[in-house]
Amino acid sequence: MKFAVVVFPGSNCDHDAYHAVKHVLGQDAAFIWHKETSLAGADAVILPGGFAHGDYLRTGAIARFSPIMQEVRRFAEAGGPVLGICNGFQVLLEAGLLPGAMLRNRSVKFQCVHVFVRVEQTDTPFTVACRRGQVLRIPIAHGEGNYYAEPDVVERLERNRQVIFRYTTPEGVVTPDANPNGSVANVAGLCSEARNVVGLMPHPERACELALGSADGLVVLESAVRSVTQGALAAVASAKAAAAR
Amino acid sequence: MKTISDELIQQHGLTRDEYERILEMLGREPTVTELGIFSVMWSEHCSYKSSRVHLKTLPTTGRRVLQGPGENAGAVDIGDGLAAVFKIESHNHPSFIEPYQGAATGVGGIIRDIFTMGARPMALLNSLRFGPLDDPLVRRTFAGVVAGIAGYGNSIGIPTVGGEIAFDESYTGNPLVNVFCLGIAKADEIVKGVASGAGNAVYYVGAKTGRDGIHGATMASAEFDEKSAEKRPAVQVGDPFMEKLLLEACLEVMRSGALVGIQDMGAAGLTCSTCEMGSRGGAGITIDVSLVPQRETGMTPYEIMLSESQERMLLVVKRGREADVERIFEKWDLHAVRIGDVTTDGRLCVKHHGEVVADIPNEALTDKAPVYRRPMAEPASLAEAQRLPLPSLGAPPPIRDVFRRLLASPAVASKQWVYRQYDHMVRTNTLVVPGMGAGVVRVKGTARALAMSVDGNGRFVYLDPFLGAQLAVAEAARNVACTGAQPIGATNCLNFGNPERPEIMWQFARAVEGMGAACRALDVPITGGNVSLYNETDGRAVLPTPVVGVVGLIQDASTVVRRAFRGEGDAIVLLGTGRDELGGSEYLKLVHGLVRGTPPTLDLTLEAALQRLVVDGIAAGLIRSAHDCAEGGLAVAVAECCFDTGLGASVDVPAVAASETAFSAIATLFGESASRVVVSVAAARADELAGLATAAGVPVAVIGRVGGERIRIAIDGDIVIDDSLAEAEDVWANAIGRWFGRPRAVA
Repeated sequence: MKFAVVVFPGSNCDHDAYHAVKHVLGQDAAFIWHKETSLAGADAVILPGGFAHGDYLRTGAIARFSPIMQEVRRFAEAGGPVLGICNGFQVLLEAGLLPGAMLRNRSVKFQCVHVFVRVEQTDTPFTVACRRGQVLRIPIAHGEGNYYAEPDVVERLERNRQVIFRYTTPEGVVTPDANPNGSVANVAGLCSEARNVVGLMPHPERACELALGSADGLVVLESAVRSVTQGALAAVASAKAAAAR
Repeated sequence: MKTISDELIQQHGLTRDEYERILEMLGREPTVTELGIFSVMWSEHCSYKSSRVHLKTLPTTGRRVLQGPGENAGAVDIGDGLAAVFKIESHNHPSFIEPYQGAATGVGGIIRDIFTMGARPMALLNSLRFGPLDDPLVRRTFAGVVAGIAGYGNSIGIPTVGGEIAFDESYTGNPLVNVFCLGIAKADEIVKGVASGAGNAVYYVGAKTGRDGIHGATMASAEFDEKSAEKRPAVQVGDPFMEKLLLEACLEVMRSGALVGIQDMGAAGLTCSTCEMGSRGGAGITIDVSLVPQRETGMTPYEIMLSESQERMLLVVKRGREADVERIFEKWDLHAVRIGDVTTDGRLCVKHHGEVVADIPNEALTDKAPVYRRPMAEPASLAEAQRLPLPSLGAPPPIRDVFRRLLASPAVASKQWVYRQYDHMVRTNTLVVPGMGAGVVRVKGTARALAMSVDGNGRFVYLDPFLGAQLAVAEAARNVACTGAQPIGATNCLNFGNPERPEIMWQFARAVEGMGAACRALDVPITGGNVSLYNETDGRAVLPTPVVGVVGLIQDASTVVRRAFRGEGDAIVLLGTGRDELGGSEYLKLVHGLVRGTPPTLDLTLEAALQRLVVDGIAAGLIRSAHDCAEGGLAVAVAECCFDTGLGASVDVPAVAASETAFSAIATLFGESASRVVVSVAAARADELAGLATAAGVPVAVIGRVGGERIRIAIDGDIVIDDSLAEAEDVWANAIGRWFGRPRAVA
């Protein structure tokens, strides 16, 4: 299968995502410059981490206007799998493809450290290979990962089972201390109502090889491969068709 | 023509003799713009006029050296057709005035030096010095510097994989911020800062030029009115996003083959980049400053030439390829502007709307800049400082208290509060993260990895500059060796006081001599670096602080080891031997408030043998963890090997033969004797390691076992430390963070 890794000016985890899917997972991958208007026939899209446009306004606030985002939106609306990691998650929030917003970390400091996240739902293209309740050790590296949404929105997210990753202890228990940034309900990652658009603050692509300290993140990217190649997500085909129009 | 007054010359930091020399070289009176150009190029910072005669004695060549000093950065061959390109640089003064931006722009500057060579930056380190943290102003500076390094490095996406921090009162009014960057380039595609080929275009790209950082901010002249002075901020402001665009675009331009040479505009901005590129290429450059993109209106040629606005590059492009280069920069939303041409006359010619405002032979600004052999004298107070009358100190405090106090000392304590603010994983190459000894990054596409460490101990250098500088080289190389890397090259950042004082110049000269001797003995040539002088406040100099960055090569990345113990029951082995050496130690400073005595002795032959043994033992899979003994001595080293593992240790070491028996245990546990490494090996293979060590002439002793939940240290069978691992680790891990926690209630 083929992954598109979108490159905004200021993206800096684009190479990491590319390396993980291309060299660790052995899948096809292509960098897509943000001024492009085609996803080049990709089966899944990754919006990588970084500081798109410097993030001098709000994180992701300018990136959502990039030409490629129209195509990403079309692909997502047609059911194609889209993964936003860190800054990519922030872009998805700004683009309205996922609900809510990011605040500065509770500590008001950038934090780069391995954390534990529990997989809450497995019926998304990026968790289908996980076990429900599985605890993954994955790094975070952000200054604005404090997820916030209005109480009614959080309630709706919970009701629709859209919270798919939560910060927990190594044993999988949700506690305030396990929350590295102050996110509401310990939210580490979300999916869209249609479940094909996923955003998360931790970096699964940085945890795909034991030499780097953890390979727990690999299952997130493997899920995408399984969704696409084993037809777990029937919508992929129609998404590609829609994008091709 | 306007007459250059004595006052104006003085305000430009030029001596009367230097001005006479300018007159002679030009054969006429300089214009004000020319005076400004001479003053920055002949400044200590650009000309190295006080340090050059000494720096020339350093070893700078070797079989792996592809680029020595003189370019934007040095380069060494790492096999597979690749080169490691690296350098360290200081940003001390700006970081005191404005800690966040001062540190951030220091990071930005060193990154530009690396990608200018055609290398993709892969890793950052930093070496920092501050006053004691109990001073609120110091805490503000410290937090600001860390945030600035984080803000720039994280945004541009280059991991900060290690570093070191030390504290001393002498740094309170003059913190040191030294930043190291390493990149990887194809060995045969290293790009130089040269201008050549008459008629080739000279391009300016990046941020617009403003009135920031202009030299001689207090100067008044006909060309400067008071309002322009008011507009000039003291410190430049960094824009990591702009630099990220420049980095990607410049690397793309280099791959296109359209480039002749490139240099960043760092210190002395457009002035330095134009005359140095011309000088290196044996060519000249003519530019018209009215074409330079400007952020402010009404800038004079003087201001444009001397501005130190950040994130700007100067390029020389092959004739006929101009459109290709412009197209690449446009892709990245950058606008490359042609501001001049390469000439054949070897001169820097500056025009303003076509009118010549400066015309100077390049060599007058570079090779023929003044060089001084300044007077030197050993400080009169040194002999007294080297005396260490231990009996006058009374009885030392209980060992357990000293152990805990050392673990909580900011110099020894975990730096996690700092390095967790740095993205140390981006680019997914970091095999050894900060806090575990040298930082290690793998080289994707090869089996290899690179280790790097920056080290320096101002107390040691103060007490004996020659030996102290040798110890810095030895420690940096040893740290690199402790990951399994063969040290292959070094860079230095020499932070000293005012070189016009003979005792400072003596410290500098002796330190450079010591550094050279150690680099020769350990086969780590110096491929470049930076000198920072005048680090003084109110006439008091900082501790002389040469910082050495060493890069090492690991042939098989899968063999890398870290500081931390790995398995219950493993044997703990001490390579090297402790002596009765407390001079300049963290113990003396922390407990007795003293910087006295002589630094630990160093046998460079033994050091080389030790490092070879460690590297070979790791490559063979025999050594499972390795950690060098530094601040806090053997006891702290053993404790640090336990931290982050949940594994305790039980060791028994022989007492060192001490002249003062009351301090025998202190010297045994907390003395900082050099050339010692604590390693762990599978218990069944301890003898094998001992045999190899003996054959290599390295003292060796099996001192204990990994395991349990306590840190137990005995001397000749008597347990002197028996501490809870969890409690000791908490003290060590959170000591720095506690200074920055919630404000304590004020009584």
